[in-house]
Amino acid sequence: MFGSFDFGILLANAPFLWNGMLLTLQLTALAVTGGLLLGVVLAVLRLSPIKPLAWVVEAYVNFLRSMPLILVIFWFYTLVPKLIGRPVSGFYSVLIAFVMFEAAYYSEIIRAGISSVRRGQISAAMALGLTKMQSMRYVILPQAVRNMVPVLLTQSIVMLQDTSLVYVVGLRDFLTSADIVASRDNRPTELYMFVAIVFLVICFSASRLANQLRRRYSL
Amino acid sequence: MKRILGTVVAVTVLAALSGAATAQDGLVMKRIAETKTITIGHRDASVPLSYLGPDGKAQGYSIDICLKIADAAKEELKLDKIEVKFVPLTPQTRIPLLTAGTVDIICESSTHTLGRLRQISFLNTTFLTGSKLLVRKTSGIKKIEDMTDKVLVAVLGTTNEKAAQVEIDTKKIKIKGEIVKVKDHSQAMLNLEQERADAYVSDDVVLYGLKSASKNPDEWEVVGPYFSYDPYGMMIPRNNDDFRLLGNKTITRLIQSGEMEAIYKKWFEPGPTKINYPLSDRLKENFQLIALPD
Amino acid sequence: MGSYNWNWPILLKEPYFGWIVSGFGKTILIAVFAWAIAFPLGSAIGIARTADNRALRLAGTVYVDIFRNIPLLVQMFLWYFVVPELLPADWGRWVKRDMPYPQFITAVACLGLYTASRVGEQVRSGIEAIPRGQRDAGLAMGLTPTQVYRYVLIPVAYRTIIPPLTSDFLGVFKNSSLALTIGVLELTSQARQIEEYTFAAFEAFTVATVLYCLVTGLVIVIMRIVESRTRIAGTIAVGAQ
Repeated sequence: MFGSFDFGILLANAPFLWNGMLLTLQLTALAVTGGLLLGVVLAVLRLSPIKPLAWVVEAYVNFLRSMPLILVIFWFYTLVPKLIGRPVSGFYSVLIAFVMFEAAYYSEIIRAGISSVRRGQISAAMALGLTKMQSMRYVILPQAVRNMVPVLLTQSIVMLQDTSLVYVVGLRDFLTSADIVASRDNRPTELYMFVAIVFLVICFSASRLANQLRRRYSL
Repeated sequence: MKRILGTVVAVTVLAALSGAATAQDGLVMKRIAETKTITIGHRDASVPLSYLGPDGKAQGYSIDICLKIADAAKEELKLDKIEVKFVPLTPQTRIPLLTAGTVDIICESSTHTLGRLRQISFLNTTFLTGSKLLVRKTSGIKKIEDMTDKVLVAVLGTTNEKAAQVEIDTKKIKIKGEIVKVKDHSQAMLNLEQERADAYVSDDVVLYGLKSASKNPDEWEVVGPYFSYDPYGMMIPRNNDDFRLLGNKTITRLIQSGEMEAIYKKWFEPGPTKINYPLSDRLKENFQLIALPD
Repeated sequence: MGSYNWNWPILLKEPYFGWIVSGFGKTILIAVFAWAIAFPLGSAIGIARTADNRALRLAGTVYVDIFRNIPLLVQMFLWYFVVPELLPADWGRWVKRDMPYPQFITAVACLGLYTASRVGEQVRSGIEAIPRGQRDAGLAMGLTPTQVYRYVLIPVAYRTIIPPLTSDFLGVFKNSSLALTIGVLELTSQARQIEEYTFAAFEAFTVATVLYCLVTGLVIVIMRIVESRTRIAGTIAVGAQ
C-alpha cells in the first residue's frame, strides 16, 4: 500500500515546508514566553489577598478555559484590530489569542505548584525567623518550581500542537504549508503523514524530557 | 492665559472629535504614504486570478492589475519607492483582514455584491463570471439538477455556496446530505480528487483554472448553465474615496491603453496553466463601459 | 469599536436561529458519541498500562504516546484524507461514499480515539495512586487479578479521578470544534457561517461563546454533585494533569 508513495515531493517542497515550520516554532516560542509571563501575573493575582482581584482573575481563567481554542482564535482575529484601532497582521492577532488563552492554563499550573507546598512549611519558615518574602524566596518557590516545571513543559508541548489550529485563519504554519502542497499536487497521504511524523518525533522527545525532569526533581 | 488654555483645549477636543468622525477617510492612502508600502491580499489557489506560482509567490490576473495600482499610488504620492507586501487570505478571513487594515486591497476572485458593500467597498468590475460545477467527466453530471443523491462541496463564505443552496432549495434537488463546506479551493479540490464529493460549485473561471492546474486536466469537466452572476472586483476598505478613485483611474487607463487586454491574454490565452479562456464579448463590453472619460 | 453596528435580532431570524440550534446539537452529539468511544477504550488502555503483562503495558504505552504527540488537527486530516486511501479500495470507497454522514463520523472517531489516550492516562494514574497493599490484599484473599480490578482497584480509581475525567470530557466538547476543518457544521462553524451571511461577527461569536460556557458550567456543577456523592471518606482526588 506504500508502493505509490512519492517522497520526492517532500524534498521538492522542503524550503516551503521549512518556512512553515519556522513560523510554527516562532509562534510557539513567542506564545510560550508571553503565556508564561502573563500566567505568572495571573497566578500571583489569584493568590493575592485582595479578594475582588482574585475573583476577576478566576473568572477570566475559567472563562477562557471553557472556550474552544478555535473560537478564541476567531474572536481575537476579528477583535484585536478593532480594540487596538490600527492594523495588526494575522500573525499578531493569533499570537495575542494564544498568549491570552495559554496564560489561563499556565496560571493554573503555577498556582497549583505554589499551593502544593504544604502550609506547615510556611509556618515552619516563619517560626525560624524568616520574613514572609524570605520564606517565599527560599522555601516555597524552590519547591513550587520543581513541582511545576515538568507540567509547564507538558503544557508547552500541547501548545506546540495547538499552533496547528492557525490553519483555520490561513496563517502559513507547518501544517498549512503542507496542506497547500498536499492539495496543489494531490498528495495528501505523503504530506499529512510527514507532518504527523515530524510532530510525533518532536513532541515525543519533549515529553520524554518532561518525564525525566519529573523523575529527577520530584520531591 | 486661562483663555488661551481654554481655546487650546477646545481646539484639541474639536480636532479629536472631527478626527473621530472621519477616522475612516483616506486611511489607506495615508498608510501607503507613511509606510511606503502597499499590502495586497491574495489567495492560494484562485487560478489564474490570484494563486501561488511554482516559486511560492502570489501571481495572477488580479495581482497584475493591483501591481499597476501600486505603481499609480507611488506616482500619485510622489514616493521614491513602494514596497509591495503579500498576505494570503481565505474567503472567511478576507473581510476581517480588510476592515482591520491588515491589507490595503484584496486582489483575487471576489464577487462584487450589495451585501458586501455594507462592510467594504469595491473597485470597478474587472472580470465577469458565474457559478458552475466542476465534475469528473465520467460522473455523468451535466447540471445541478443531476446532483440527486450526489455530494456537493463548496467553499464557506462564497457567493457560490449561497447560490447553490438557493438552487437546491428552489428546485428541490435532493443532494446527499448537506453541502460540504470547506476552507478554500484547495480543500474542495482535495475532496473532489479523493472522490468524497461529486461536484464542486464555484465560479466557472476558477473551476477552469483548477482543472487546468490539476494533475490530469482531462479527467475534469466544468458543467452546467450559470446559476449565479459574479462580477469580480478588487475589495478595498470603505470610506476611501481617494484610494478608490486611484484604483478605478488605473483600471480605466489600463483599458484605454490596451494593457488590460495584454494582461488578460497573458493569464488566459492560454495562460501559464493552459486554461484557454478567451476574452468574452461581455467582458470586452464591460471594459468599454467602465472606462469613463476624463 | 464605535463604528460597529450591533444587530442582535438577526440571531433570532431564520435561517440563522435554526443554524445555531443545529450547530449546537451537532456539537453536543459529537462530544457525547466521542466520549462513548473514549471512555471504555481509555479505561481499557489505562488498565492495560497497569497490568502485569508486559505486552499489554507496551501496547497501552505506544497507543498513548502516538495519540498524544500528534496534533489533533493533523489526526483529523489523517483520518479524513489519508486513512481511506490506505484501506483496500472497496473499503476506502465505502468510507468515502457510502458511509452515512462521513464527516461527522470521521470527526467522532478521531476525537474518540484521541481522547481515549487522555482518559487512559487518568485511569492509569488513578489505579497507580491506590496503595500496592490493596492489590496484594485482594490477591491474598484469593481473588483473581481480574476480580481485583473489578472489585477493588477500579471502583476506587474511578471515584478519585472524577475531576480530571470531567475536564477530559469538557476537552472533547471543546475539541469538537475541530470538526469544522473537515466540513462538519457544528457550533463554531455555524457561528462562522452566520458571520459570512450577515457580517454580524460579534453577535454570532457571542452566542457560541455563551453556549460553550453554559454547557461547561452545567457539566462542572453536575460532576461536583456526583463527586461529592461518591467520595470515599478520608481521601483526596488525584489524577494526571
